[in-house]
Amino acid sequence: MVTEQQVWDALAEIPDPEIPVISLVDLGVIRSVDVDNGRVRVGFTPTFLGCPALEVMRDAMAARIGALGADAQIDVISDDSWSTDRITPEGREKLRASGFAPPAPREAGGPQLVQLQSNAFRCPYCGSKDTALENIFGPTPCRSVRYCNGCLQPFEQFKTI
Amino acid sequence: MNAQELLELADDELILGWRNSEWTGIAPLLEEDVAFSSIAQNEIGHARALYELAARELGTTADELAFDREPGEYRCSKLVQLRLVPDWSRTIARHCIYERLDQARIEALKGLDDPELAGLAAKIDREEAYHRMHAEMWAERLAEEPRFTAALDELEPLFDLREEHVPEFEQLWREMTSVRRSVAGATW
Repeated sequence: MVTEQQVWDALAEIPDPEIPVISLVDLGVIRSVDVDNGRVRVGFTPTFLGCPALEVMRDAMAARIGALGADAQIDVISDDSWSTDRITPEGREKLRASGFAPPAPREAGGPQLVQLQSNAFRCPYCGSKDTALENIFGPTPCRSVRYCNGCLQPFEQFKTI
Repeated sequence: MNAQELLELADDELILGWRNSEWTGIAPLLEEDVAFSSIAQNEIGHARALYELAARELGTTADELAFDREPGEYRCSKLVQLRLVPDWSRTIARHCIYERLDQARIEALKGLDDPELAGLAAKIDREEAYHRMHAEMWAERLAEEPRFTAALDELEPLFDLREEHVPEFEQLWREMTSVRRSVAGATW
């Protein structure tokens, strides 16, 4: 009979479809795993509501749990419980190592334009804080684009949500 | 909040998402091409989540609400219906007006007793914060530009007008629903 730990371990092997260096568990989108008599229920929070990877993630979870010999039910929870603060320390390090600057911690009141325009963000390549906002938006809704004046390299900054 | 009010909000987000996406590939700056495409994607994601809530109450589906109604049944504001390509100053004016008035509406939803809707509104608000920052940046940049300030005065009164549609809404509706209407009963 499948155990909760086996399910968590299996989910930790599913890469984020858009940033495959981190797993769904690293991303903090798995809210709960309940195992009852061979049936598995997973509570899952989307990162962004318009994220096109939502169905891919849901299907990948169902398939992986199916491979453990259990029936899976994936509940999508569209509440306010996901924040980039839920990305695990391991996930943040994996992001940084692959050239995505991890999100800044969310402060009370949420992110502000003056903060994005300040030089409080560190380049994931050279570590310099002399970086400038190029575009609030980027290749996917979860990322902004910044430019490092230290190593003259543009980089992607995970938005704080 | 009843299903009709939810539909107003969802229709606004869906139609504005479509209008914003009309800039994809042709915005005056590459950065804005990316920005408006991303904002469009977010707005349509919000519409989907809101339609899902409304659909449960009305005994239908989100896709049916988004694409199977007649043009006259959409409850969206006249502000979002306008086709503004290729007028950048009016596009930015609409963006600034919409994000400000939408914020007030979302704040009200966040305070509702209904935990599901309040939770969804709070999630939407996390994303809208970036739309507002983008609008704020442009409002600052264009503050002295007469075409922009005139557009603010012209467009703001349209936000509360929902009873009638602008002539070009019909064309948008045809484009938006054409794939779904092409194969009856298909699910994508």
